[in-house]
Amino acid sequence: MKPFSYERASTPAQAAAAVAAKPGAKFVAGGTNLLDLMKLQIETPTHLVDVNALQLDRIEATAEGGLRIGALVRNTDLAADARVRRDYGVLSRALVAGASGQLRNMATTAGNLLQRTRCPYFYDTAMPCNKRVAGSGCSAIGGFSRQHAIVGVSDDCIATHPSDMAVAMRTLDATVQTIRADGAARVIPIADFHRLPGNTPHIETALQPGELITSVTLPAPLGGTHLYRKVRDRASYAFALVSVAAIVQRDGSGRVAMGGVAHKPWRLEAADAEMPRGATAVARRLLADARPTHENAFKVPLAERTLAAVLSQARS
Amino acid sequence: MDCTAAIPISRRNLLIAGASATAAVPLSAEAQAAATEAAIVSSVSLEVNGTTRTLEIDTRTTLLDALREHLHLTGTKKGCDQGQCGACTVLVNGRRTVSCLSLAVMNAGAKITTIEGLGTPASLHPMQAAFIKHDGYQCGYCTPGQICSAVGVLDEIQRGVPSHVSADLTAQPLLSAAELRERMSGNICRCGAYSNIVDAISEVAGARS
Repeated sequence: MKPFSYERASTPAQAAAAVAAKPGAKFVAGGTNLLDLMKLQIETPTHLVDVNALQLDRIEATAEGGLRIGALVRNTDLAADARVRRDYGVLSRALVAGASGQLRNMATTAGNLLQRTRCPYFYDTAMPCNKRVAGSGCSAIGGFSRQHAIVGVSDDCIATHPSDMAVAMRTLDATVQTIRADGAARVIPIADFHRLPGNTPHIETALQPGELITSVTLPAPLGGTHLYRKVRDRASYAFALVSVAAIVQRDGSGRVAMGGVAHKPWRLEAADAEMPRGATAVARRLLADARPTHENAFKVPLAERTLAAVLSQARS
Repeated sequence: MDCTAAIPISRRNLLIAGASATAAVPLSAEAQAAATEAAIVSSVSLEVNGTTRTLEIDTRTTLLDALREHLHLTGTKKGCDQGQCGACTVLVNGRRTVSCLSLAVMNAGAKITTIEGLGTPASLHPMQAAFIKHDGYQCGYCTPGQICSAVGVLDEIQRGVPSHVSADLTAQPLLSAAELRERMSGNICRCGAYSNIVDAISEVAGARS
């Protein structure tokens, strides 16, 4: 690790201002992804602003009947919250499908959204990677790409977003609340929070420098059957090859988002409209623009079959 | 109190020193720059196994290295050092945590319990006794992490935290072998003592319920 100075912020506004004021400064909360990347010198912050003392660790009911989840609520606590288990099962299921028990105890809601890709070339500092060093090239295109994205890809990056939680939040149409360095608050719909790679894969979210996530808000419960199915190389503690988050209503309508297939949680409202026509129709619309590599072409039929299994489970 | 000086030299440092003394190639510019980059030192107080310990340490020091290299609590093991193997698992404020992915300075005021604080040879924690009884290890390297993790698992089940294999999200989780296996998936055992580990945890869980 490169040396860095350290401070503990006491208010969100102070934390945002502290990071904006110092080039090379970063927030740290759970640290489970950042520290890993710092050890490999993929992340080299010169100053860390610890946000763990901010009072952002509560889950509160909103006036609209939803839930406001503090940015520092740990993944374990969010998955275990009685209201989440009862009304937002897809979120609870997605959370416990991710990482390990130890990591879920440490990882925060905001940090989970801000995870970096697990593309092996992003992790290998000896290899070109447009996400790590802008303009250096993409080693995954033409390289080992079995885990990589099949939709929303560009000629500069085919990395996936690794989060399970974010896929469920996209299905729920959550919103992300932030505070900027100038103290201004704003709300970002989860659909707009993560970006597609385009020709700037190093810019992954809509956040500005120093902008701090303060909470994530869920709308009032949507009802329906909540399912999250994750297909991976081992039964536990592995990233998704394909995952499906679904909320299915009794009349067959509903919402579907996929993980492991794109640079962001993948949901198209036009595909949701196909729900009454079944899995094949939904998958065709969701993956209409798929551009798989020769190594991950299997994800196209795998995604459709996983979706079919989920919709079948919802009917039973 | 920084007591690294009490350890004259570690095996790892001896090997590193030997390697650089015999290296034929000159240091890269990056390595030279790294060598001259000044460490930034910070003060942090932790409550480790019931005793408050204050350290003046490089901000880069992980909780794991603080425990092992500064406080000489070498029961906690360094396996992968990237959060994948679980050998470094300790309890932080009662919750199982991989100490390699947390900075010591981030744990100011935290209550840390390591394998040394869980029990002693004369007065074993029930989980330690059960691991011995059921032969829940071969080489023993992953064992302190397994035991701390197992203690955390039983607390999580008691608090109603669901898992990936819980059939009903709203019901109290079961103490089944499938639940224990899923919940312990963050602790890798290279010797493959898994079935005995599940037996040991099941016995402690059964004795409690």
